[in-house]
Amino acid sequence: MFDTLMGAFVGLLTLQHLGFMGLGVVLGLMVGILPGLGGIVGLSLLLPFLYGMDQTSALAMLIGLVAVIPTSDTFASILMGIPGSTASQATVLDGFPLSKKGQAARALSAAFSASLIGGLFGAMILTGFVVIARPLILSFSSAELFMLSIFGLSMVGVLSGSNLAKGVAAAALGLAFGTVGAAPATGEYRMDFGWLYLMSGVPLVIVALGLFAVPEIVDLLRGQSTIAGKASKLGKGWIDGIKDTWTYKWLALRCSGLGAVIGAIPGLGGSVVDWIAYGHVVQTSKDRSQFGKGDIRGVIAPESANNAKEGGGLVPTLLFGIPGSGSMAVFLAGLILLGIQPGPAMADRNLDITYTIVWSLAIANVMGTVLCIFAAPGIARLTTIRYALIAPFMIMVISFAAFQATRSLYDLIALLVIGVIGVLLKRFGWPRPAFLIGFVLATQAERYLYQAFQFYDWAFLTRPMVLAIMAITVVSVWLGARKKPGESAASVATEGASEKATAAQIWPQLVFGALVLAAFGFTFYESYSLSQLGGIFPTTVAIIGLVATVVALAPLVLGKLDSSANFDAETARRESDIRGGAWAMLGWLAAFVGAVALVGFFAGLMIFFLVFLRVVAKASWVRTIILTIAAAIFILALARALNLVMPAGLLQAHFNLPWPFR
Amino acid sequence: MKNPLRFARSASVALVASVTLAFAMPAQAQVDFSGQTVEWWIPFSEGGGSDVWARFYAPYLSESLPGNPNVIIRNVPGGGSITGTNEFVARAAPDGLSIIGTSGSTQFPYLLGDSRVRYEYADLEPVLVSPTGGVVYIPASLGVADASELGKLEGTQLVYASQGATSLDLVPMLAFEVLGLDVRHVFGMTGRGDGRLAFERGEATIDYQTSSAYLTNVVPLVEAGEAVPLFSYGVLDSLGNVQRDPTFPDIPHFVEAYEMMHGEAPSGVAFDAYMAFFGSGFAAQKPVMLPKGTPPEIVETYRRAFADAVANPDLQAAKGDILGEYDQAVYDDVAGLYEVATTIDPEAREWVRNYLSENHNVTLD
Repeated sequence: MFDTLMGAFVGLLTLQHLGFMGLGVVLGLMVGILPGLGGIVGLSLLLPFLYGMDQTSALAMLIGLVAVIPTSDTFASILMGIPGSTASQATVLDGFPLSKKGQAARALSAAFSASLIGGLFGAMILTGFVVIARPLILSFSSAELFMLSIFGLSMVGVLSGSNLAKGVAAAALGLAFGTVGAAPATGEYRMDFGWLYLMSGVPLVIVALGLFAVPEIVDLLRGQSTIAGKASKLGKGWIDGIKDTWTYKWLALRCSGLGAVIGAIPGLGGSVVDWIAYGHVVQTSKDRSQFGKGDIRGVIAPESANNAKEGGGLVPTLLFGIPGSGSMAVFLAGLILLGIQPGPAMADRNLDITYTIVWSLAIANVMGTVLCIFAAPGIARLTTIRYALIAPFMIMVISFAAFQATRSLYDLIALLVIGVIGVLLKRFGWPRPAFLIGFVLATQAERYLYQAFQFYDWAFLTRPMVLAIMAITVVSVWLGARKKPGESAASVATEGASEKATAAQIWPQLVFGALVLAAFGFTFYESYSLSQLGGIFPTTVAIIGLVATVVALAPLVLGKLDSSANFDAETARRESDIRGGAWAMLGWLAAFVGAVALVGFFAGLMIFFLVFLRVVAKASWVRTIILTIAAAIFILALARALNLVMPAGLLQAHFNLPWPFR
Repeated sequence: MKNPLRFARSASVALVASVTLAFAMPAQAQVDFSGQTVEWWIPFSEGGGSDVWARFYAPYLSESLPGNPNVIIRNVPGGGSITGTNEFVARAAPDGLSIIGTSGSTQFPYLLGDSRVRYEYADLEPVLVSPTGGVVYIPASLGVADASELGKLEGTQLVYASQGATSLDLVPMLAFEVLGLDVRHVFGMTGRGDGRLAFERGEATIDYQTSSAYLTNVVPLVEAGEAVPLFSYGVLDSLGNVQRDPTFPDIPHFVEAYEMMHGEAPSGVAFDAYMAFFGSGFAAQKPVMLPKGTPPEIVETYRRAFADAVANPDLQAAKGDILGEYDQAVYDDVAGLYEVATTIDPEAREWVRNYLSENHNVTLD
């Protein structure tokens, strides 16, 4: 085994192999920086080039890309408050406040160093674990996976902000959204309104961008300033950040372990790893007062976990040919195109290939960290540019990321709808992380519960591993819920914790609450017509959601306005705002989607850029045109490389236009 | 190479065929794709089986088309592959620059009469059909050595981990029904890999894997004495008869297994239904088509290009597990298999629809 390990290392050390790895790393960094774009897009860019490549170079290139995306996606999370990919959503919670305080450099260097630890740890796990992982992975059956989903859902407790009822209601709303589409048990279509688009549910990337990116863009635009605001410098703390990681090295290692293990369990998927790590650090910390307001530990935990996840995620991909995530599925395709058939032989006869992957993972993580640190000052300068000039690019990138899902206009409409929901959740202090966790785990929880029940009946609850996970869940909830004397609320300031937002006018909150109730009512009504197996889960979710919402709204209805339930961010006067507030900004987004519906994505984007830059950003004609051309070049290059036909509008339905207008 | 002789034979047959064709068909209206780009639509996302298959073929197709156009894969995912295929028939121009490759998952809703389907296979112009195969196996602990002993399972309920009643797992479902096995289907698996894990954990007691996954992942179980193969689905010969799978010459195919179990050949409407979906899901799983109304000379160019691509020794050397040992249907062989993949007897269709709604609450409208 050791010989194989060393042999693989030496095999990699040629100029050609390292060159291809560098290529993968650079591409991965670029894709990772763009919000919403992650491993799937990056690997898809590389797939066409695999034909004719030698195995080692190709593996080095693919792994180089996969390895560094969770490193570079931190930029968007920390600097812009927009999750750079689904793996770094939790980083936003503390990373972005740090950045607003002028400590972006510290946050970034802590994040990169934590990522490096995570990445190397993941590679290490893969090295030893791959040989013995088979029985361990097999011991995670549907019953254990169901309990793990419950464990994930229990994180809602710590991520609920100041009001637990709202947290539970938001999670239930996420769960209800997650049940849209085919029921896992019966294949019945639920709440799909007969639309083909909703058949396989709302795509995760769209939900993540709608919840986190759209509200942030709207808010920053209303601020009419730069992201960095008055603290317009990146700050000095490069060394501080590394020191921070050193101080919390055990935390980083714990979270790396957590990330690697959760990544290695097929079926849970990596998209909640960062939240679980974040929940973990909150639960186990003594002083929790700064979480959500800029605690460096809130950056280190998710960042070490999400890099370690990649190493863990490779274990089931290689051993069983079962991809743990979307990007692993594309990686698997790459392996097959290279003539590598994943299976038990990867820990045996083909161990050399596995170890080539291990070393690529390790070396690429180092390369990625170094490059990120070098690139950081330049990238951070973006935050000192007036946001109105950046916003159209952000909207372009997130809508581009959104329509990767099905390549259609519906993706953009879904983004808009979820974006409106995200803005409202944020405004009324309903924790969006709880919504997202509910959404991600809805399908898993339902599927595995049904399967566990089918395979084991009630006995699934008595399996030893199930009991163990149950115990961990209870301990973790207890850790999260324990209060220290003098602590007002035992949870993070994720949402709805601003002191100034106690509203005198409560009707907007009541209207929103009524809409949420209606949504649960609709879920309940819709599941009524389903078979028992297909309807039981949404029915339960709807009932929990109804109860939680009523509890959350009760103080308002009863006139107890000093309750933590009373929250409306629009109460506080903003230092600067634009006319129409959030609705005006959402109106711009809607107008963009409308333009796409009429003339297609490319033409719609060009029109949007011109009008937005002139009207909102009040840019000169010269600047407007230069920026629009830059956007056109960017989008054309990316679409060309991915062989995309961009979403079509009415115009395209009647006329056959040349690419890119097609 | 498991069977060098067979490979050499099939390659040379294809080569001879294409050379003969080249002489037999003097140049018709010249089709030339120099400097152009052919878009190969795949109604699935990157990384799926169909995507890998198309990406494997693309460079060889490019080499074989006159003018060596750039062949790119265009993934149009969503709606269980109905969306992308609907869009193709609505939007693709019949100029030879757009082709589409579909799969059993696309053919099944069409065969079942799903109202969301807007494509009509009979209108499209097929130019290649790729078969695939799979093997059904059970745990050795059941004490069944082969299909002839399946009668022993009378009174035992088996468990199958399924991806869904209207997915490709409809084929094993119908196979078990025809055989008369008592099988409980647990749905919601996200791939056959999930089903294999359930089997290895002992949760599922009957499973199938496609050929390449069977070779890499199940054969070790068989060698360790933990699993027993029952039957392969088999392949179809040019007369439409089921033959043994070339990958598994020692494993009986489904019809043989039925005979071993029941002592007679299978028949009846349930068997007809099985055959239709077996054909569409395995024996003729992946067809490549040109849009409706494509000029005959372009269709002819493609038919020949795929024949040449398959005969290309480089393709034969590299095909590995992606195409497996299966003879790719090209040129004159296309039409027959294509019909198998895309047609169903109305009576059999009705039977399946009833079966699905009565047993699995699936209503198709």
